[in-house]
Amino acid sequence: MRVGLFIPCYIDQFYPQVAIATLQLLEKLGCNVSFPLQQTCCGQPMANSGFAGLSKGCDKNFVKNFSGFDYVVAPSGSCVLHIKEHLEDQGHPKEAERIRNNVYELTEFLTDILKVQHINASFPHSVGFHNSCHGQRGLHLSSMTETMLPAFSKPEQLLNMVKGIQLSNPERRDECCGFGGTFCVFEEAVSVKMGKDRIKEHEVNAVEYITGGDVSCLMHLEGILKRKGSSVKTIHIAEILNSEL
Amino acid sequence: MAKHAALSEKFIADEPRTDWHDETLWFVRQKRDKAAHGLPGWEQLRELASQIKNHTLSNLEKYLRQFEQQAKANGITVHWAADGDEHNKIIHDIIRKHNIEKIVKSKSMLTEECHLNEYLLHQGIEVVDTDLGERIVQFRKEPPSHIVLPAIHLKKQDVSETFHKYLQTEKGNNDPQYLTEAARQHLRDKFIQSELAITGVNFAVAETGGFVVCTNEGNADMGAHTAAVHIACMGFEKIIPKAEHLAVFLRLLARSATGQAITTYSSHFLKARRGQEMHIVIVDNGRSKQLGRKDFRNSLKCIRCAACFNTCPVYRRSGGHSYHTAVAGPLGSIINPNMDMKANADLPFASTLCGSCSNVCPVKIDIHEQLWKWRQVVVAEGYVDASKKTGMRGMAYILAKPGMYRFAGKMGRWVMRTFPFMINNKLNAWYKQREMPEVPKQSFRDWYLKNRGK
Ligand code: SF4
Repeated sequence: MRVGLFIPCYIDQFYPQVAIATLQLLEKLGCNVSFPLQQTCCGQPMANSGFAGLSKGCDKNFVKNFSGFDYVVAPSGSCVLHIKEHLEDQGHPKEAERIRNNVYELTEFLTDILKVQHINASFPHSVGFHNSCHGQRGLHLSSMTETMLPAFSKPEQLLNMVKGIQLSNPERRDECCGFGGTFCVFEEAVSVKMGKDRIKEHEVNAVEYITGGDVSCLMHLEGILKRKGSSVKTIHIAEILNSEL
Repeated sequence: MAKHAALSEKFIADEPRTDWHDETLWFVRQKRDKAAHGLPGWEQLRELASQIKNHTLSNLEKYLRQFEQQAKANGITVHWAADGDEHNKIIHDIIRKHNIEKIVKSKSMLTEECHLNEYLLHQGIEVVDTDLGERIVQFRKEPPSHIVLPAIHLKKQDVSETFHKYLQTEKGNNDPQYLTEAARQHLRDKFIQSELAITGVNFAVAETGGFVVCTNEGNADMGAHTAAVHIACMGFEKIIPKAEHLAVFLRLLARSATGQAITTYSSHFLKARRGQEMHIVIVDNGRSKQLGRKDFRNSLKCIRCAACFNTCPVYRRSGGHSYHTAVAGPLGSIINPNMDMKANADLPFASTLCGSCSNVCPVKIDIHEQLWKWRQVVVAEGYVDASKKTGMRGMAYILAKPGMYRFAGKMGRWVMRTFPFMINNKLNAWYKQREMPEVPKQSFRDWYLKNRGK
C-alpha cells in the first residue's frame, strides 16, 4: 500500500514533531509511506478567505506531488476536507478526482482503511479531547451533537486503545475553538473568546493535555494557554498514538 | 459604518455579560436538542421539510397565484410589493384611507426588514410593538438583536430601568413577574384601543388561501381580534402548498426555536370576521434576486426559527447588533449580502465555518457552505480591502512554488510574518492575546531528508 504523506505547510514549518509522529505511526502499521518533497500547501487559506481563484497554483502543485499513490494521508482534518471538496486541476482532471477520493485524515485512515483494532502505545495522562469542526462536521469523524443520529467517534475510539490514558470531554463536546483560518486575526476578539471558553471547560476536568486532530485548533489554544501561563499543554493525536510503551 | 469585528470587540469588552449571553442562548440550544431527541424521525422530518420547500421554490409562481386566488375568494385583499418602500406605502395608504391612529403590531421580521416603524413615524404615525421583547427594544430605540428573542441582549436590570423610564415601574424592582405584569397592563390598553393590527405570517397555505401566525404571547390574536382592520405582511417565501404540510413545519418550528413542542399560539386565519377588513401584503424585496442566485436560492427555505443563531458560537459571543442588520446571525449573513453587498461584505466572514448552523437548520439550508460561497462572490465583486488582496496574492505566489516556499521558510520561518492567519496589518492580531508558536530548529522536510535520506 503506497501512502503519500501530506504535511500541511504550518505543520512542516512549526510542528515537525506532529509530522514525524504521523510518519512513524503509519510505518509501524505497515504502510509504505513517502513524503513528496515538492509539496507546499493545500490552498485552503486563500479559498476560505474568498480567494479560491488564487489557489490554482497550489492545486496544480498538489496534484503533481500526489499523483500515483494509493492513498494520501494527512494529520489535519481541515486540510483534508479542503482537498476533498475543492481540489481541481484542469490539466489533470482524472488525477485530481482520484486524489479527492483517496485523501484521508489520519484517524479516519487508521479506522476505516487500516481497521486498526489495537495500538501499542501508552500515555498515562489526563487528556481532554477537542473535536475539530472540519474533521467532525466536515469529514464526519464523529457524530455531532446537533443531529439525532447514533453516537460514534473515530479519534476517541483510537485514543481509548492507548494504555493509561484518562480521556475526558469538555461539557460542550463539539463547540468550535474559534481558530477558523484567517478568522483568528480578522475577528480576533471573538476568536480568542471562543478559545478561552474551550480551555475553561477542559480545565474543569483537570486535564494535563488537550489533544485533537487538527494542529491549527491546537496552535490557537496553545497560544492562549501560554499567554496565561497555564501548565496545560496541547498535543496532536498522532503524538499520543505514537507514544512508546 | 462599523463592521462585525469591531462591533463584536465592543460587545466582548464586557466579558461577564458576554458569558451570560452565550450561556443563555446555549441553554436554548440544549432545549432544542432535547425536544428534537424526543421526536422519533427528526432527521426524516427535516428532510421532508427541506423537500417541500425546494418543491415550493421551484413552483413559486403557481403557488403564489393559487394563494392569491383563494385568499381573494375568502374576501381578503391581496397586495403585492416589489420592495420595502412599496410595502410601507401600501400600509400607509390603508391607514390614511381609514384615518387610523391606533396601531398595534405583533412580531414580523419582514416589517423590520422594510423599516416600517421608522417609515410611519416619519409620517407622524406611531406603531406599538406588542411582542414583549420587541416592545422593550422599541422603548429603547434599538433594533431587535435576535429574530425570535428580540431583547435577548438585555438583562432583567436593563428591562427594569427601561420600564421605570417608560412605564413608571418602581426603580430597581427587577422581579420578572412584576415587570411582565406592568407590560401586560400597558399592552392591554393598547390592544383595546387599537384600530389596526399588523401581524406577520409564518405559513401561507396556497390551497386554502389561509395563513398561520405563531406566537407565544397571543399578542397577534389580541391585536387581530380587536382591531377593525388586520394587515398580514409576508415575504413571498412563506408560502407552502397544502394545509397538511403544516404538520411538518409546526412540529419543526417551535422545537428548533425554543425547544417547545409547539408555539403556545398557532393561529389560523382564513377570512375576516364580520365587520372586519383583512389585507395581505406579499413582499419581494430582493427575494426574487436571491431566487435567481443558484448557490443561494435555497436560503429562501428559511422558516425563521433562529436555531442557527442559538447554536452559532460566534453569534452567542458577539450579540445580534454586531451584525448591523435587521436579521442577524448565520441566516443574516447569507441573506443580507444579497440585499446590499457593499454594506454587508463583512458578514460572510463573521464565521469560523464550523458548520453547526447547517446541522440544526430544520429545513436543511447549507448555511456554512453558502457563507463560503458568499466570500468568493464578495471578493470577486471587489468588496475586500486592498491590503488583504495583496497579502493573499503574495501568499498564493509563494505557496505555488516549492522552491520559493522553502527559501521563504529558511528565511527565519517567514511564516511568522506572512502566514495565512498572520497577514493582517502592522499590529499582529494573533499576538494581542496569544503567544506565537515556538520556532523549531528544522522543518519536517529537513528532518525527513536527514532521517529518511533520499
Ligand atoms: S436558516 Fe434554518 S436554522 Fe436559521 S433561522 Fe432559517 S430555518 Fe432556522
